[in-house]
Amino acid sequence: MTRASVFFAALLAVLVPLSLLAGRVWIDPFDVAGSGANAALILMELRAPRAALAIVVGAGLGAAGAAMQGYLRNPLADPGLFGIAPMAALGAVASFWIGAALPPAIAAWSLPAFALIGAGLAMVLLALIAGRTSSGAGGGIALFTLAGLMIASLAGALTALAITMAPNAFALSQIVMWLNGALTDRSWDQVWIAAPLTAAGIAVLFAAGRSLDALTLGEDAARSLGMDPRRLLFLLVLGVGLTVGAGVAVAGIIGFVGLIVPHLVRPLTDRMPSSLILPSAIAGAALVLTADSAVRIMPFVTELRLGIALSLIGAPFFLWLLIRMRRGHL
Amino acid sequence: MTLAANTLSLTRGDARVLSDITAVLEPGKITAIVGPNGAGKSSLLMTLAGLLVPDQGSACLEDRSIGDLAAQDRARAIGYLPQGADIAWDVAVEALVALGRMPHGDGHTAQGTAAVNAALGALDLEHLRGRPVGCLSGGETARVLLARVLAGQPRWILADEPLAALDLSHQIRLIGHLKQSAQAGTGVVIVLHDLALAMNHADHVLVLDGGTCAAQGAPSEALSSDRINTVWGVRSEWIGQNGTNPGQQALITHGL
Repeated sequence: MTRASVFFAALLAVLVPLSLLAGRVWIDPFDVAGSGANAALILMELRAPRAALAIVVGAGLGAAGAAMQGYLRNPLADPGLFGIAPMAALGAVASFWIGAALPPAIAAWSLPAFALIGAGLAMVLLALIAGRTSSGAGGGIALFTLAGLMIASLAGALTALAITMAPNAFALSQIVMWLNGALTDRSWDQVWIAAPLTAAGIAVLFAAGRSLDALTLGEDAARSLGMDPRRLLFLLVLGVGLTVGAGVAVAGIIGFVGLIVPHLVRPLTDRMPSSLILPSAIAGAALVLTADSAVRIMPFVTELRLGIALSLIGAPFFLWLLIRMRRGHL
Repeated sequence: MTLAANTLSLTRGDARVLSDITAVLEPGKITAIVGPNGAGKSSLLMTLAGLLVPDQGSACLEDRSIGDLAAQDRARAIGYLPQGADIAWDVAVEALVALGRMPHGDGHTAQGTAAVNAALGALDLEHLRGRPVGCLSGGETARVLLARVLAGQPRWILADEPLAALDLSHQIRLIGHLKQSAQAGTGVVIVLHDLALAMNHADHVLVLDGGTCAAQGAPSEALSSDRINTVWGVRSEWIGQNGTNPGQQALITHGL
């Protein structure tokens, strides 16, 4: 493990117990039973799955962000650029329409299932487009990214359409609430859906590491070093699709994590893209866990949505980043 | 191990950029590819590097088509240095040079480290090994990027305008480094704009014009005043010691 991984892993090790104890009901670590009749229940059935989910979702977004920035050779890249997250969100929104017609036993699973189908559809579309853009020299990455952005716009427009045509006010509020990601009221079921997919996705992104390093020298030089653009694209679409798709399926849209985390990690590494993936996963987990614990503690009547909270932190950070880059500090 | 173009033609988009080019390049020599803007110099270099696929003819390493080589074998044999200094991340010099070991997959082994150290030493970069590349001058960056290619210990070095944007002393020093590689038996192919550098330092010159090969051979033949007039449309004459190698000739242009 590198210095950055060790640092963020230690941070995470401190944050996890704190997060489990914090909330509307504060639990005394030395006297769980004395903290109230339901303390053990709250701990095991509410907070532990929620913390686990924050770790899984954050790790996936962090790793995907690091890989995307390496792939696009751009510190402003974000996992959403490929259009996978918006397509997963579109799938989830579709489930609000279709799910009502399904028997209750299946309906509970329809949202994550539809979100994963949306992410899978985006991956297939990207793969089809990749077949047409990755041949020939240079510019393939830029063209491919534009195609991803078009998928994102299209998914965004269709989602907006679904919102404006919502069958009733309740469905409308459900959709809007869900689109602003959150980890409220999640169970272990969601953890079991997201954890294996995210772990597989991070492993795939990790396998792309050395090719991403070669891209530091530009697309042509990387190819001259034996980097296979098609293989790299495949690994990236698969890795980002699995991590981001799984994340959206269980938590909705959570922005800015994939963008910010690699910047927090980069100064602690040798700045090679491959060195960023693992520590970005750990740091992403720490960031989402912290943010989720924070929204839980805030004294609002209804809990602040995690997706909104992260964007509230994220946007000013992004601005600061842009100004710093302008001064040539990156 | 020769590098050759056999009746090679290349189309990029809708444009025919190379037509029917045949040339055999010898290892241990410096071959300069020259020609006006848009003549197809970079395209030829990239095709020889296996990065562009010709639609007719082939680029061959010894007797094998480069397109048939596995990417890793090709990467071990041919080092390609693109034009410009496009480094995405502010990594340390040593880490960047170590990327040259990627085709060998041994960046962290003793063998790989030795090759990286040798490349750093050959280009006088040892004192900069820990420096972030963002802090380097233009001349240092050019040397670091060449060191990356040398670290892979390729049989051929293909460099696209490695001397552009360098001042006179850095140009001469970098040419010196390339000559050392050629003397050690490596084939060196460089795209050049400065005809005097080609005349004075290349062993072999390939003149491209409009995607075809206008001339090839010894510098004094390929770059005669007549040829420069035909290809570049500039009347000129060479002055200085003719026929010496390395020669010390300068190109005087007339007209306007």
